[in-house]
Amino acid sequence: MIRITVNGVARTADPAGPESLLTTLRDRLGLPGSKNACEQGECGSCSVILDGELVCSCLVMAADADGSEVRTIEGIDDHGTLNAIQEAMVGAGGVQCGFCTPGIVVAATHLFEANPHPTEGEIREALAGNICRCTGYGAIVRALTAVAGTEAS
Amino acid sequence: MTTLVRPGIVGGVGTSLLRPDGIPKIKGEFAFSSDLEAEGMLWGATVRSPHPRARIVAIDAAPALAISGVRTVLTQDDVPGSGHFGLERPDQPVLAFGETRYWGQPVAIVAAEDHETARRAADAVRIEYEVLAPLVDPAEAVRLGSTFRTIEIRNGDPDAHGEIVVTGEYEVGMQDQAPLGTESGLAIPDGMGGVDLHIATQWLHADHEQVVAALGLPPDQIRLHNAGVGGAFGSREDISLQIHLCLLALRTGRPVKMVYDRAESFVGHVHRHPARMRYRHEADRDGTLVRVEADLVFDGGAYASTSSAVLANGCYFAVGPYRAKSVHITGASARTNNPTAGAMRGFGAPQPCFAYEAQMDRLAAALGMDPVALRLRNALGTGDRIPTTNQVIVGSLPTREVIESVAAMPLPDPETADDPRSLPGGTGLTTPPGAVRRGIGFAVGIKNLAFSESFDDFSEVRGVLTADGLELHTAACENGQGMVTVLEQIGRSASGLQRVTVVFADTSKIGSAGSTSASRQTQMTGGAALRAATAVREEALRRGGGDHLDDAGVWRGGRLVAPLAGLLGDGPIEHLERFRHPPTAKPDAFGRGDVHAGFVVAAHRAVVDVDPELGLVRVVRLDTAQDVGRALNPLSILGQIEGGIMQGVGLAVMEEIVLEGGVMKNASFTDYLLPTFLDAPQVEAILVEQPDHWGPFGAKGVGEPPTISSTAAVAAAIRDATGAPINRVPVRPQDIAFGSPESPVTSHQQAKSPRPRS
Repeated sequence: MIRITVNGVARTADPAGPESLLTTLRDRLGLPGSKNACEQGECGSCSVILDGELVCSCLVMAADADGSEVRTIEGIDDHGTLNAIQEAMVGAGGVQCGFCTPGIVVAATHLFEANPHPTEGEIREALAGNICRCTGYGAIVRALTAVAGTEAS
Repeated sequence: MTTLVRPGIVGGVGTSLLRPDGIPKIKGEFAFSSDLEAEGMLWGATVRSPHPRARIVAIDAAPALAISGVRTVLTQDDVPGSGHFGLERPDQPVLAFGETRYWGQPVAIVAAEDHETARRAADAVRIEYEVLAPLVDPAEAVRLGSTFRTIEIRNGDPDAHGEIVVTGEYEVGMQDQAPLGTESGLAIPDGMGGVDLHIATQWLHADHEQVVAALGLPPDQIRLHNAGVGGAFGSREDISLQIHLCLLALRTGRPVKMVYDRAESFVGHVHRHPARMRYRHEADRDGTLVRVEADLVFDGGAYASTSSAVLANGCYFAVGPYRAKSVHITGASARTNNPTAGAMRGFGAPQPCFAYEAQMDRLAAALGMDPVALRLRNALGTGDRIPTTNQVIVGSLPTREVIESVAAMPLPDPETADDPRSLPGGTGLTTPPGAVRRGIGFAVGIKNLAFSESFDDFSEVRGVLTADGLELHTAACENGQGMVTVLEQIGRSASGLQRVTVVFADTSKIGSAGSTSASRQTQMTGGAALRAATAVREEALRRGGGDHLDDAGVWRGGRLVAPLAGLLGDGPIEHLERFRHPPTAKPDAFGRGDVHAGFVVAAHRAVVDVDPELGLVRVVRLDTAQDVGRALNPLSILGQIEGGIMQGVGLAVMEEIVLEGGVMKNASFTDYLLPTFLDAPQVEAILVEQPDHWGPFGAKGVGEPPTISSTAAVAAAIRDATGAPINRVPVRPQDIAFGSPESPVTSHQQAKSPRPRS
């Protein structure tokens, strides 16, 4: 049995053996927003913020998250309304199939909390662990540089 | 029936209306097929062949069934009905029996109480194989007559020859669609011998047809429902786990869910056809293309899938968007023991484009002519004949305009950036800025729109007026590309109503919308939506006795005469439209005929920085002009262009399934490289709008052209930067650092590097 705080709410779960935090979130805690696309930490679709660190939840053993605080896509918005990153991505056409979207929103939110005005290069580097197969990244970068106020001239 | 764009429509065609599913997707609330659950559901898993070719000697399910929580293990012996499926012909067994024909072929399926137990059960099924020698060389397969289709096209004057000759041999590797969402679905038995299958797919009704045939069930016993799709790009046009899920649900009487993991996804769907192509181009000294000869061998892998149609596209578009007086094309899709190839974005057009555009550059160099000028000199347009099929182009085809548009776009600063993130090799700091060589490459591509060769291609939409607005019911699959948005826009513009909702109907509620492929849904389902919405509007005006319809109701002379609800007193207002594009013909014995419904072109110009010593490439910029007919949603089109270009760049420099004796060596996202945020070039796009003859409001499909010539443009830019022949994609470091001795250019022009106008 593990105890974790998920999006500010204390939860308990009973992960089976070497189960990943991603599986625990999706299959035991009713939080399917984090996605499983590669299960080896290459695509970032399962990104969550674990005790302030951006991690691929598929690479974290649920048992190791015992006592931790986790923020997922379900808890990333701004008190019930879209946060600025979400608003900008939808408006810029940065969402197509949407499978990578939760991970990108979480990773970008983590970036902007540490650095509210990242340059385009910093945005691309920070999100290089998040693969999107639909958009070619352009619309997402345009959305995020607009939020950062660092749009390329 | 006349249809007009109604003025003053907010969010109608031509606007960048935002997608209706954007908000749930950005919040992580959108339900993908892998997110579905049902009370009491089991998990399914697949037992796969570890050999590309082997005889199945014995299958022992006992060790799996002995595991606590395992409910069933099924083999082909348990499959009722025909037991076979396939898009073009039902040649693939639901589960392999007798002999396995590719690495990873399903041999048995299991269902268990949870996902992990199902996986363990699949590992525990004991199968005894007698390993056989696989046939993995497509050229050898063709020699042996092991093919799915062969094509010969002869057109024009067989005796016409040009003075300037260039020849070349080209190769394209196997690309994976790699949608982020893997194959997944949920089958729920109805307790009366039937099943409801919720599935991420590209073609609900084709899946349905294959499921009921394979399982020998009456069609109404199986209902397929669209579930949230995590990308597709061709990978979901064929059956993967649909039949397995229904079979497990029927046998256990419980809901069954399956989700492939990434490694399984690589073997669980078809791929882009690897190709080997030999070309000979002949031209007059003034640059007029006279003769094109080509031989194309596509590796279709183990089963037919869509190999026949993919090969046809490769051959029909083997010359590109150019006129030629004499054409001789031969093609074969080989049947081997490699993984099955089928649909991927571009569907047979990107492979020859890589080859014919390399040839055009070599021809320009041989002629001492500007490569852009050479292309313009031979550019196909409306009224010309396609050089292979001899079909007259009746719709728009602005080849000249897309070429000129891209050629006129400004080039980036020639200075290489000093930010290591912008250098080949990136933050690995392997490349000193002074070592970088800049290259520029140009390419143009052409493809057909919708289905060809006499296929009965249609889409159904039911327009339904309710008190709340217009509903457009369809079985079409929204794979992320934005069809759902475009249908809403078409509904608004055609009806005058703002409140338009797309309703995804299951296979029992409406007829087929055809496949979400071939760049066809905007035109086909969009075409049906336009007529359905127009008919609903006309009936509403007739009943209301008015001249204007909006969300309030019917108006006459500026006065509201009937609210929407009031129109429905005499029964529902509905219109079911089955839309067909202009008919196409089968080819004659020499590949000629009006086989296509329409055409689309795009041009790309790539700018690359190359580290010639390490063979590393960074694609700096990729500009494009694309023929869109009419831009119904510019934001969505840009999304298709940027995403499609990225997949073309991936094929050019990094994406390849590596096969060794039929075995995949890199079935993971660690080893199969996909472009990241840092690999993405800057993209500028010009939309060339010349309305086509049958799409709604003159629109053409836009999904595939970005992927066709972007690969060729990057290859040309690398050639320009390095002088290396670059006869295969993806370009590997050794091809740049050492040339490609294993696939030599036979041309006397080998040493010369083409240099596009800059």
